[in-house]
Amino acid sequence: MTPYQIWIAFMTIVVREVRRFTRIWPQTLLPPAVTMTLYFVIFGNLIGSRIGPMEGYDYMEFIVPGLIMMSVITSSYANVVSSFFSMKFQRSIEELLVSPTPNWVILTGYLAGGMARGLIVGFVVMLVSLAFTTLEFYSPVLVVTTALLTSLVFSLGGFINAMFATKFDDISIVPTFVLTPLTYLGGVFYSINLLDPFWQGLSMANPILYMVNAFRYGVLGASDVGPVWAIGMLLVFSVVLFTVSLRLLDRGKGIRS
Amino acid sequence: MEYALDIRGLRKTFPGGLEALKGIDMQVEAGDFFALLGPNGAGKSTTLGVLASLVRKTSGQVRVFDADLDTDPARLKTWLGFVPQEFNFNQFEKVGDIVRTQAGYYGMAPARAALNAERYLRELGLWDKRNSPARMLSGGMKRRLLIARALVHEPRVLILDEPTAGVDIELRRSMWGFLERINREGVTIILTTHYLEEAEALCRNIAIIDGGRILQHTSKQALLQQLSMEHFILDIRNDPGTLPQLEGYHCFRNDEGALVVEVEKEDGLNDVFRQLGEQGWEVTSMRNRSNRLEELFMSLVGRSLPESEEEESA
Repeated sequence: MTPYQIWIAFMTIVVREVRRFTRIWPQTLLPPAVTMTLYFVIFGNLIGSRIGPMEGYDYMEFIVPGLIMMSVITSSYANVVSSFFSMKFQRSIEELLVSPTPNWVILTGYLAGGMARGLIVGFVVMLVSLAFTTLEFYSPVLVVTTALLTSLVFSLGGFINAMFATKFDDISIVPTFVLTPLTYLGGVFYSINLLDPFWQGLSMANPILYMVNAFRYGVLGASDVGPVWAIGMLLVFSVVLFTVSLRLLDRGKGIRS
Repeated sequence: MEYALDIRGLRKTFPGGLEALKGIDMQVEAGDFFALLGPNGAGKSTTLGVLASLVRKTSGQVRVFDADLDTDPARLKTWLGFVPQEFNFNQFEKVGDIVRTQAGYYGMAPARAALNAERYLRELGLWDKRNSPARMLSGGMKRRLLIARALVHEPRVLILDEPTAGVDIELRRSMWGFLERINREGVTIILTTHYLEEAEALCRNIAIIDGGRILQHTSKQALLQQLSMEHFILDIRNDPGTLPQLEGYHCFRNDEGALVVEVEKEDGLNDVFRQLGEQGWEVTSMRNRSNRLEELFMSLVGRSLPESEEEESA
């Protein structure tokens, strides 16, 4: 295929993915906005006012970056895992496999779709948060970079999950038993400085901690973990997971006999 | 001679040890209308799966025109259109989107993709359904959607795996007409089918596969010439329902009760008519038993095609 044809194939996958999650927007875009509004009302307004400042910031200000990241993470992951597994389950993935579209284009197309949904949901949640607090971005570049890399990493995670999944249960196990606990324990609602040294050390093994803190640094200018270290970790995760995903696709894991 | 498809020594052993293809050699000339016939588990779908890049071959060579599956898979895929046996599109997507999206996967510019989609959706009677979700289509419409999707990128070879399975007779005939038309336009067609009368009506060349091996690979005419006997169905005026006494010929009643006379291929029919006339039997019409290929098929593979009966009655 020529570069122009590859571009068309890539955009075809992206457009189809965006069309899919916008067609079912009550399932994909609305729930995170409603859930995060409840978080802002309950944790930010009602409970937050009794907690007091966190790391020198109003509690609402403190949790907003984490909640935006949380929605980016869950939406990116959910988009790719559900879309790719559905195609595998319905065998409509064969539409792509019989075509000359290279595997790396198939992968990047799905990742772009997942990132698009993650970033749109993150933007919606950010708009919702403006009803509760003001946002002054300390480093817009860091905010955008972190959001992009985080959505990429979790789109890749969703893709790998979908490649291994053989039934619908398999695509809910990881989000329920791995992603959600790691997100809640990733410093969204608290600073790890509140924890004992042992738990602080254990928290440092949680990759989501770096994403939340890098984003928080971009918004507030302060966090538990340095942003350079956090971005470095995100880049390493991106490269490793991309390589694994492409290898799985090349091997045809679960999609070619 | 230019081959649209050239398969040499194709083998496929699935994990677990099932040897589905045991060294297939098959050539299909450019412009041919070709049938690959065989009973369940013979290796038909595996062969087509390898061509469509959905099944990885264990060994052997596959070429479509001058593109080799191992060295130039992208070009080989560009020249192939594949109609699978199962409905494998997203049931929630709109008909028009499914076809245009498929063109996009082949790198076709959106304007041309839209034109081609319109052409094939119109030709296959689906244009009015272009904005309907695929799940709203009837079974026959879904089959036609698979064909429109396979043709939208203008392939040189169209591969169809059981294209008319479960389709009613009227629709089957109209699909035959459509396939014959695109074949006349230069598209090489390779199909598998359980309906042997379909292969007999449409195809010029035929391969019969069983147990992962090609048993016969020749022209339809050459295959049919292997039949030593022909069966003629006779309609009799005031048919008494009994059997006439025909010296030198075997006759019987078929499932519908019609009189069938078995005649050696070299023998003429004059003697049959003379004997019937002498016994007062008046023949009002006569036809050849249509499913001659099935007789040959059964003699080659030693069994009939159970699926075709199921699908007929479904």
